[in-house]
Amino acid sequence: MAADTTTGTAAGTGTGAGPDDGALLRARGLVRRYPAGRAGLRRRSVSAVDGVDLDLRAGEVLGVVGESGCGKSTLARMLVGLERPDAGTLAYRGTDVTRMRRAEHAVMRRGVQMVFQDPYASLDPRMTVEQVVAEPLAAARTGTRADRRRRAGELLELVGLSAGMLGRYPHQFSGGQRQRIGIARGLALEPSVLVCDEPVSALDVSVQAQVVNLLGRLRDELGLAVVFIAHDLSVVRHVADRVAVMYLGRVAEVGGADRVFDAPAHPYTRALLSASPSVDRAQRGRLGRREVLRGEPPSPADPPSGCRFRTRCALAVDRCAHEQPLLRLAAGDDPARTVACHRAEEVLTG
Amino acid sequence: MTSPVHGSAGSHAAGTRTDDATATSSPRTGAPVLEVEDLRVEFRSRGPVVNAVNGVSYAIAPGETMAILGESGCGKSVSAQAIMGILDVPPAHITGAIRFEGRDMLQMGAEDQRKIRGPGVSMIFQDALSALNPVYSVGDQIGEMFRAHRGTSKKEAKDRAVELMDRVRIPAARQRVDDYPHQFSGGMRQRVMIAMALALDPKVLIADEPTTALDVTVQAQVMDLLKDLQRDTGMGLILITHDLGVVNEVADRVAVMYAGKVVETGTIDDVFTRPAHPYTRGLMSSIPVLDGKGQRLNPIVGAPPSLARIPPGCSFHPRCPMARRGDGGRPDCTSDVPPLREVAAGRRAACHYSEELLHG
Repeated sequence: MAADTTTGTAAGTGTGAGPDDGALLRARGLVRRYPAGRAGLRRRSVSAVDGVDLDLRAGEVLGVVGESGCGKSTLARMLVGLERPDAGTLAYRGTDVTRMRRAEHAVMRRGVQMVFQDPYASLDPRMTVEQVVAEPLAAARTGTRADRRRRAGELLELVGLSAGMLGRYPHQFSGGQRQRIGIARGLALEPSVLVCDEPVSALDVSVQAQVVNLLGRLRDELGLAVVFIAHDLSVVRHVADRVAVMYLGRVAEVGGADRVFDAPAHPYTRALLSASPSVDRAQRGRLGRREVLRGEPPSPADPPSGCRFRTRCALAVDRCAHEQPLLRLAAGDDPARTVACHRAEEVLTG
Repeated sequence: MTSPVHGSAGSHAAGTRTDDATATSSPRTGAPVLEVEDLRVEFRSRGPVVNAVNGVSYAIAPGETMAILGESGCGKSVSAQAIMGILDVPPAHITGAIRFEGRDMLQMGAEDQRKIRGPGVSMIFQDALSALNPVYSVGDQIGEMFRAHRGTSKKEAKDRAVELMDRVRIPAARQRVDDYPHQFSGGMRQRVMIAMALALDPKVLIADEPTTALDVTVQAQVMDLLKDLQRDTGMGLILITHDLGVVNEVADRVAVMYAGKVVETGTIDDVFTRPAHPYTRGLMSSIPVLDGKGQRLNPIVGAPPSLARIPPGCSFHPRCPMARRGDGGRPDCTSDVPPLREVAAGRRAACHYSEELLHG
């Protein structure tokens, strides 16, 4: 786990520590809106991500969890520069990349790479594995063709495949192998950050663990920082040093993985954890005892005022409808965790 | 296709039969309502024959929940589709027996089969959006069950649709009965499909990955609903899933499938606490435990085989840490097919060396 230096959050703004704590990526107030038709003459829009603050430190695995529509994939696409935020800043190694020109973007592109969810859709079926893996090198005009070929072979070995497979096509590989190829491509430019959007959720259970172990090994061997986005809480707990829980475009809480999972401070995290079925026989029946969430997530096109979770929250009070809770340090809590709930202290004690 | 078992002494007669199905310790086991015996499904088209289901047997009693657990391509969905008669024949080639209340559906004419599907056995699917017709209101689609099977009038069918939507806890059913599938959320669409499946009070409901496309909080609601409905109606529930957590929560018994075969069956307590097949054990140790941390996962090596190229012998042997060549007359995992056999009271496994797993 990276050196934890976010004690500055005690200020109550939740914006993290000072500028020199070694955050590779620093998001502040990130917003991404999509057009959503019209209401009368007014154009409407949906805020898929609505003011997200997040730090990624060197060498850490940051898990991002939440249910569908919470904005985690949109966040991922902004972190790698595939989408521009409509508001807020994103700094890579201290440089705000949201204000960069196109050419300058190349710096961040090299440093931050992405692994996609679906290993079937994300590899071009007409390209050989060599072309797939060496494509980022060719695009960056790195080395000669022979150099790139050698490098592609090394990358395949790094992810547990063999260099002898370079001439094959994606359809000749299983889902797990394809995801390894996607990871090898992501590593081609020797990034410091790998953003993985649901990297194992399209894989079979017996294969998921192979890819999870691979990502853990790469983090250890290459000192990679990883953003691991998933809806599967048990996988995230397994791989992440820190976890951010998202709900409807905002961060509900963020902190050390053990702290968040063992003692959730946000009612949503608590409900999410209690609704996740366990494979442990001793835990059977826990769903019957779970904290039942009312209804379903509201539409991001028409989010509730104040706290966006309040319509499903058992603890909601008047204040929650009027005042948006900001990420803050709850009284008596671990200073490395911040939570966006007016009643976090009650969640923690009860 | 052997003796009909309907009306026999129920589970205690199972000793005379070859399938794995009925000899269980489930307290609710009466005479099975649905039995599948030595079911085989091959797909013959261009290219190699695909053996999607290779001799699967199971049975389900009223009120019982049986999980069919397996990864993609293990044949778990195809076996259910064979029961529902929704495979195109050809290219599918189906053999074996599917007995509903003792009568083999594979020996029946199409019209007799149709009378079972719906009131006897019905099914819900993973993807409710593509299973529902986008151009008909949900009320029309639920009501169609009554009109097609019972000749109910249009108006009455709509009233019954509203009742069913209430029953599956769709809020404001009366107001929403004329809405279309796209106007519902994923969880609500799944409820619409459950309402359709329950319209004719089936004795068995087959749920094929019913919650896989749903978020965990919604998944928990849908599983609650299915269990409550089962309690009210006494139907048997066949839950097809890859999710060990869901199986752990809701199943009484489980059949684990691999490469088109059942490799292990038993009560959920037995199978989850002491797996008798190395595949089951491998699955269990592939899963991170939510409450535990830092433990290294022990994945199964390799990937499930293509059903067009199933390995000889035990189909799991290329991935199995226990696989061995026979010596001294012992079975050879690479060539001897392990039969599904009783390895302990009430449980069966298809592994030559189950006893080693069970007893140390």
